[in-house]
Amino acid sequence: MSHHIVEFKNVSFRYPDGTDALRDLSFRIIHGESVGIIGANGAGKSTLLMQMNGYLMPTSGTVTIGDLQLTKKTRQDIRRKVGIVLQNPDDQLFMPTVYDDVAFGPLNLGLDEACVRERVQKALSLVNGLELRDKPPHHLSGGQKSAVAIASVMAMDPDILAMDEPAASLDPKSRRSLITMLKTFKHSKIIASHDLDLILDVCQRCLVIREGTAAADGPSIEILSNKTLLEENNLELPLSLQRLQVG
Amino acid sequence: MPFDEEYYNLGRLDRLSYKNTFVHRLDPRAKLIATLLFLFTVISFSKYEVVALIPFFLFPVLLMTIGDIPFLFILKKVLIVSPFAIFIGIFNPLLDTGHVLVLSGFTISAGWFSFFSILLKFALTISAALLLIATTPFPSVCHALRRLGMPSLFVSQLLFLYRYIFVLVEEAMRIVRARDMRSFGASGTGIKVFVRIIGILFLRTIERAERIYYAMLSRGFQGDMPTFKRSHITAIDLVFVATTILFLVVFRFFSVTEGIGRIAQELFR
Repeated sequence: MSHHIVEFKNVSFRYPDGTDALRDLSFRIIHGESVGIIGANGAGKSTLLMQMNGYLMPTSGTVTIGDLQLTKKTRQDIRRKVGIVLQNPDDQLFMPTVYDDVAFGPLNLGLDEACVRERVQKALSLVNGLELRDKPPHHLSGGQKSAVAIASVMAMDPDILAMDEPAASLDPKSRRSLITMLKTFKHSKIIASHDLDLILDVCQRCLVIREGTAAADGPSIEILSNKTLLEENNLELPLSLQRLQVG
Repeated sequence: MPFDEEYYNLGRLDRLSYKNTFVHRLDPRAKLIATLLFLFTVISFSKYEVVALIPFFLFPVLLMTIGDIPFLFILKKVLIVSPFAIFIGIFNPLLDTGHVLVLSGFTISAGWFSFFSILLKFALTISAALLLIATTPFPSVCHALRRLGMPSLFVSQLLFLYRYIFVLVEEAMRIVRARDMRSFGASGTGIKVFVRIIGILFLRTIERAERIYYAMLSRGFQGDMPTFKRSHITAIDLVFVATTILFLVVFRFFSVTEGIGRIAQELFR
């Protein structure tokens, strides 16, 4: 299937204040692949994610999602295909109740009420959050918030799931259940994170971004065991691999 | 810490509204209409009216009892805002000195009546509004407004206000805590620092608004906030509104207090 492809071709992006966030970045992600995006702080990971659904438009180069090239005209359609989970669930959950929030996307897609209810039901049970449905987001714990944030994106039934630091504010148990959950998703996944163990667990492929361009691209296990490459990028070996080395 | 306490208070009012009592289960529209009618009736009394206002306390007291809302909590809230009403009315006794009542040697000027009338009206209206919020989750109040014809733009604003007031207050609380931890005594708490804190809070709010907008766009937002129809008016709601109207009419146009007084007189004669 060709329609779940993500392709960046020579993408550059400069913020209005003159910062070059992306320089001549190219990569191609095929259907069903999970790709980890890693790199130092400020390397351009979040900017890259924002290009994926046209919140920011590349200054030069092209972004293609499926068979659509990203332009101002196609960006509404592209937003249906790419679901983005933001780092801070408080930004993601803007509706007054969990149920309303998860229903927000599907209602915007113009689905009828019965269909929306079914989607909300499905998305919430996917993240084990059905009992939270009538709560306001500010009564939720951090782990619950991020579960609901994922549900709110899954309810739109996206082809591609993009996440920015999904486990950053989670306790170890919530993080573990997130990882288990992510493994069950059959979508193409793109995960930007500093949590290299999570990337190693969930993603087969890994893309290292340095100063806005691809510094390395390959199977996760190769990249994440390459100590020199990681240290050049302000990263270090994932804990699970560190233990192996010592042992 | 006063700031933390206020935050807790705000959260408490909100939590009360998620209880499950008869009052909480009523359709938000019914409660909204009843409250509005109550407010208008109370305000419609003349500025010297004191006695006829007293029976109206029945409405908040009933709501409070059936809705299981702690009396002291509401009382405190009313007291906190009461200075506004007191300052509006405080000079009436001095300015409006027409004599109306002579009671065993005391003359009470008309100004005292209008002062007490203001206080009573204030206490009635504020407690009714607080009780509406304490017995109805805020989102439901918003949806009720929407379905009663309020423009969707205003309703979205209210919804966002409700959603983010907690986030904003928490953000402010974190900044204030960070300031207090490093200001050893008084040196960090001056007006200059305060102004900067407000500035930072403002900037952070703008940044957050941008991220929220990003999240909304990502989920297909195109200018309109879609919502579900969630509640249905039932016979109980209609009965509730009808009873409220009946009582309001009786209390407004018949002097109930006088009637009770006369009956009492008859009994103890």
